[in-house]
Amino acid sequence: MDQQIVTQLVKIVGKKGVLTSPEDLAVYSYDGTFEECNPDIVVLPESTDQVSQVVKLAAKERIPIVTRGMASGLAAASVPFSGGIALVMTRMDKVIELDLENAIVHVEAGIVTADLQSYVEKQGLFYPPDPSSIRHSTIGGNIACNAGGPRCLKYGVTGDYVLGLTVVLADGSILKTGGKVIKDVVGYDLKSLFTGSEGTLGIITEALLKLSAKPKYARTALVEFSSIDDASKTVNEIFLAGIVPATLELMDQTAINCIEEAMHIGLPIDVAAFLLIESDGVEEETTTREIQSIAKICEKTGATKISLAKDESERANLWKARRSISPSLARLSPNKLGEDITVPRSAIPEAVKRLKAISQKYGLPIVIFGHAGDGNLHPNILFDKRDPDQMKTVELMVAEEFEVALALGGTLSGEHGVGTLKRPYMEKALGEVSVCIQKKIKQVLDPLNILNPGKVLPD
Amino acid sequence: MPFDKNIKIPNENEYLNCIRCGLCLAVCPTYREYKNETDSPRGRVALARKSLEDELILSPNLVEQMYSCLACLACNDICPVGIKPADIAMEMRHVAEQVKPTGWKNTLFGKVIANPDHMELVTWPLRVYENLGLRWLVHKLRINKLFPEQLRDLEGMLPKQPKNPLRKELPQISRSTNESKYQVGFFLGCAQSLMFSEESAATVRVLNRNGCTVITPKETVCCGMPAAGYGRQDLVIEHAKTNIEIFEKEDLDVIVTDCATCGSKLREYSVILENDPHWAEKARNFSSKIRDISEFLMSIPLEKPTGKFDARITYHDPCHLRRAQKVWKEPRELMQMIDGVEFVELPEPDWCCGSAGSQLFTHYETSTHVLDRKMENLKSTGAEVIASGCPGCQMQLMTGIQREGLKIKVMHPIQLLDQAYKSQDKEE
Repeated sequence: MDQQIVTQLVKIVGKKGVLTSPEDLAVYSYDGTFEECNPDIVVLPESTDQVSQVVKLAAKERIPIVTRGMASGLAAASVPFSGGIALVMTRMDKVIELDLENAIVHVEAGIVTADLQSYVEKQGLFYPPDPSSIRHSTIGGNIACNAGGPRCLKYGVTGDYVLGLTVVLADGSILKTGGKVIKDVVGYDLKSLFTGSEGTLGIITEALLKLSAKPKYARTALVEFSSIDDASKTVNEIFLAGIVPATLELMDQTAINCIEEAMHIGLPIDVAAFLLIESDGVEEETTTREIQSIAKICEKTGATKISLAKDESERANLWKARRSISPSLARLSPNKLGEDITVPRSAIPEAVKRLKAISQKYGLPIVIFGHAGDGNLHPNILFDKRDPDQMKTVELMVAEEFEVALALGGTLSGEHGVGTLKRPYMEKALGEVSVCIQKKIKQVLDPLNILNPGKVLPD
Repeated sequence: MPFDKNIKIPNENEYLNCIRCGLCLAVCPTYREYKNETDSPRGRVALARKSLEDELILSPNLVEQMYSCLACLACNDICPVGIKPADIAMEMRHVAEQVKPTGWKNTLFGKVIANPDHMELVTWPLRVYENLGLRWLVHKLRINKLFPEQLRDLEGMLPKQPKNPLRKELPQISRSTNESKYQVGFFLGCAQSLMFSEESAATVRVLNRNGCTVITPKETVCCGMPAAGYGRQDLVIEHAKTNIEIFEKEDLDVIVTDCATCGSKLREYSVILENDPHWAEKARNFSSKIRDISEFLMSIPLEKPTGKFDARITYHDPCHLRRAQKVWKEPRELMQMIDGVEFVELPEPDWCCGSAGSQLFTHYETSTHVLDRKMENLKSTGAEVIASGCPGCQMQLMTGIQREGLKIKVMHPIQLLDQAYKSQDKEE
């Protein structure tokens, strides 16, 4: 990086906000995938104004900017393949305002999502989206990837809580979109455009988020099935009975074994599938009644065992187990590639069947778990990337996984995003017309192609 | 491979499986302070890997990242894959020390700390400072206010100095005051003997009162933690062998320590020496006998004190006790059996205090920032006493309390029990 540019960046964000040592560049080269590439410089801004000035400089000098929070992403969206500036938002982590009367919180993009949650919960309020990375991801990253999570079945995804955004555009100008209103139909819905844009259209620096009242009670059931078909059917039966549980998580046998190996919490390892179901509500009685109705449905649909969490610590343990599946897969093999294909709910049994067939065909294990309630599955291929043959096989398998999703009327990704890893499949998933119009949007908002270049859209 | 094959390096299984999920970032005190990946466990593992794979040179800056780790072990605990980033940071310090040895470390850890007489000699000025009344004078004349901030904090860290090191005063054998049921070896740590002698004296009194005959060998050397922290694992092995041999001479049911740090290191001897055919079994035998004082007392029929200790008390979990030894229930139970104790749980009780042995000397800014978080939590409890069974934590907490101008006492849990017994004896 040109020394003059370094000097100018230091002038904007201060000495502590600019990192250039080989060690610093090396640790800002990766995210939660196995991809890596060094940036040329790391910049940690502390205000929207600083971000704006950095972008103005980058635009003038044609330097790529890859924005990131805590880099827990699973699509290599924040890996700086084109070098340039790694723009790290973690130091913009303040709550600007908590508006109790309107139940709206105004935060900077770098606040850790779990910190935001506990902050508002102290006031009896609730920010529902709960990606598994909740403690090691930022709200800005959640918005940029439109993160989901188990609870999104009942409460909706990150984007459903975004009322307004402050976005630094590719020329450094500052856009404020949306506001403290629930209904707003004036002009195009720009906040939705930036939500899920993975840093390719603008840099989200602040957000206005809608909150709700915190449900006081939660009851959790762990239900065992001797076949994954029965588990999937149960999901539909629950909805048909008019019940929308807070979460409805599916784990297959491979996932259960994996949790047990990592955590030793006494899960039976010979069960074909588990549903982890949670009801929540403002009253204890209705919450308990709901989980009991669910239990009755499960009995009818072939559940072999239904266990209710007795207290908060049992419940916390179940969730801890669920959250640790993805990372603990690495105990089974050196590498894993987790996708998050989504299919219509009714197609889950068929999707699982076809995924297992892929695993059999290529001889590498696929561990399956996911959010059964919204058809979002996480098939994880286990492999060893040191073996070049396996790497090739994995590529073929992933392509087939996507085929399965699309053939069943689904989509490539429910919550992880496209990043670099799913780019090659975009045209197939969206069609030429959609990709073409999206490229035009990118062209308008980032004519110099400096914002996270080479991500999301195919060349 | 960038390193000579004689140089001991971490096994690739220790770092290759990091999936970079980022879970460790959430619990790392240094990451949470600076919000910078370079200060994170995931970052340190990446740096270790890249230097071992010859992608980065083992530069002073890279080594510094290994030294900025507080070794609080929170990352080891949370890693879903079973990677131990804190251990890797320690091992990389050792790599650096092998590649480019530092002379002063050899003197300090190889000569001074390895010999209790030398240790007592070099800390003699501290006892003079206290016992000639110089410290009193410095405080009275407010000379300490003229010290630069770091020196003032370091002075505040110094506990009240004993006249003599406890090693000199404690008899080799202290018999049980009633029927002797247990033969207990006591590993008297350096800091306990030199700085916190009142605590270890209390430990021996409480043990004697509860059917234990206590044997305190005087020729023990440092447990090895400081040497390990400064990359001299080779010296730790020497210390381990010396200490094992000393205790082997006695017929003991258990070996007790009242220092969290010593305890964690002594338990590790079995791992450190597991591949040495002559020592493996001896080390296993030794480590299996190690007990923290609270852990041991709660495992025997303990006399419930009828005397009181009236205070609102909170407790800070030493990393070396809670995470390294999984002892966290026992000190709480021990204190709560005392009448008059109003126990209040500290928020984030196991978040590192920032001491990490000598971090207040070497990484003053980070250490005090991490300490500030602890003090915020402490203030919220309204406690009059904060208990913690680790000399490093105690000194750090004392510094924090002085910095904030608080009136909170720092004690070892064993002192509460000892004082409750004493007040009982007075009444009787």
